[in-house]
Amino acid sequence: MATLQLKNLSMHYSAKDKALTDVTIDVQAGEIVGLIGPSGAGKSTLIRCINRLNNPTNGLVLFKDQDLTKLGGQSLRKARRKIAMIFQEYALIERLTVMENVLSGRLGYVPFWRSLLRKYPEQDIQQAYALLDRVGLLEHADKRVDALSGGQRQRVGIARALAQDPELLLIDEPTAALDPRTARQVMRLISEICSERGLPAIINIHDVNLAKMFVKRIIGLQQGVVVFDGKPQQLDDSVLTLIYGEEDWNQTEQQELETLREIA
Amino acid sequence: MLNINDYPQQWEKHSRTQRLLRWLAWLWFVVLCAFCWQQMNHQTLWYFVTDAPNQLADISSRMWPPRWSYMESLWQPLWDTINIATLGTALGVVMAIPVAFLAARNTTPSQLLVRPIALFVIAASRSINSLIWALLLVAIMGPGLLAGIIAIALRSIGFVAKLMYEAIEEINATQVSAITATGASPMQILDYAVVPQIMPTFIGTTIFRWDINIRESTVLGLVGAGGIGLRLNESLATLAWPQVSLIFISILATVVFSEWVSARCRKAFI
Repeated sequence: MATLQLKNLSMHYSAKDKALTDVTIDVQAGEIVGLIGPSGAGKSTLIRCINRLNNPTNGLVLFKDQDLTKLGGQSLRKARRKIAMIFQEYALIERLTVMENVLSGRLGYVPFWRSLLRKYPEQDIQQAYALLDRVGLLEHADKRVDALSGGQRQRVGIARALAQDPELLLIDEPTAALDPRTARQVMRLISEICSERGLPAIINIHDVNLAKMFVKRIIGLQQGVVVFDGKPQQLDDSVLTLIYGEEDWNQTEQQELETLREIA
Repeated sequence: MLNINDYPQQWEKHSRTQRLLRWLAWLWFVVLCAFCWQQMNHQTLWYFVTDAPNQLADISSRMWPPRWSYMESLWQPLWDTINIATLGTALGVVMAIPVAFLAARNTTPSQLLVRPIALFVIAASRSINSLIWALLLVAIMGPGLLAGIIAIALRSIGFVAKLMYEAIEEINATQVSAITATGASPMQILDYAVVPQIMPTFIGTTIFRWDINIRESTVLGLVGAGGIGLRLNESLATLAWPQVSLIFISILATVVFSEWVSARCRKAFI
């Protein structure tokens, strides 16, 4: 059974500004999907339409057979807590501690007074420590987030997402703000955790090589329309041109230098 | 590409007409200044102006030395002054917090109804000086400290709420998205995503306002709202210049002290 089904999903800011048009995708249980496409193709809009940070204009978002586009208030919040999100610039609360940030993943489950007084249930705290240990940040639990490095922050973001006990992960450019090595480490951690838990995920990523390394299915978006849906091996030059536009995909640094010399 | 000599050598930021207009605008400004100076000094009696240095020297000599023994009866009003400022700030800040959240575009429950009311409260509070608030309140509730405290509080609401609601509107929206995505309720979103982001502004603004309020509460006594201004009024009325100079010195000392305290607080909290 598909965990998530998007049916003819569209989001139009105006008649001319169409962020998404007729997107239909199924995500199976345990499947990790990489979403690639040029800037402005609608990758972020697509995943923000799933947990309704953006409101789609048309179409259905079926999550475990429930249509999220029809929900509001309490029932929307209940659905949201099962869909965790990891952000490009971490989107942690900088002035709070690592522990508070991880526990904020439990906000959908605890009453307001508990979250206000930071009196979380014992099993939530235990789980938060276990998650911090899993992402290798156990000894940083009481530090303020703004004292951490980029890679460490993104791991706090991952721990916060997992604290939600999610059944779906939405990941928006998790490595865009990281150096190449940290980016690979973070991607490896995410894919390990997903396979440990059999967790389905949609990852927006603009680095095609990184996507090929860690993802088994790739969807290409171009101006809000799905133009490719297949295995990473099928991503050849013609497909890349379809998604990103004309460019010599095999050109190496050496060739680039030669071209420059010719011009000069 | 053209030969280098084919490119123009002249470049001006403004065109000919623009330069002429700018020159005329400056000329008009100078003429206006000269005209205003004439109007202002229409009624100035130059005899008094030329005499001013003598008068200044005369009053200064009468003020010196300050009557140090008068300090005994100044401690209590000084303490009152600090209390008016501190309690007034606390009361004002407590009232300013909800106003700020109602006024900020991203947290107000209704852009059309609630926000204009909150903005009006802010404008009303800011447009009336605390001395005038005190004048009104003394007339309504009689002289005394309470009138002073409420006057300071009413004046502080607008100041604190305005700076806070601007801070609320400038918060990072992705942090709010992140907390929203966890399934948090609106109150939890305020607590986790908004409050931590505005905390530095909140603390800084409160301390700054307390600092200003110490200064403002020194004059509230002039209209009967308690504090050291009351003694200043008495001393001025009886031409007791040595007492006046002592009051000036103690006000200066209090303000310097409050500057020191607020600098320390800012370091400790932010």
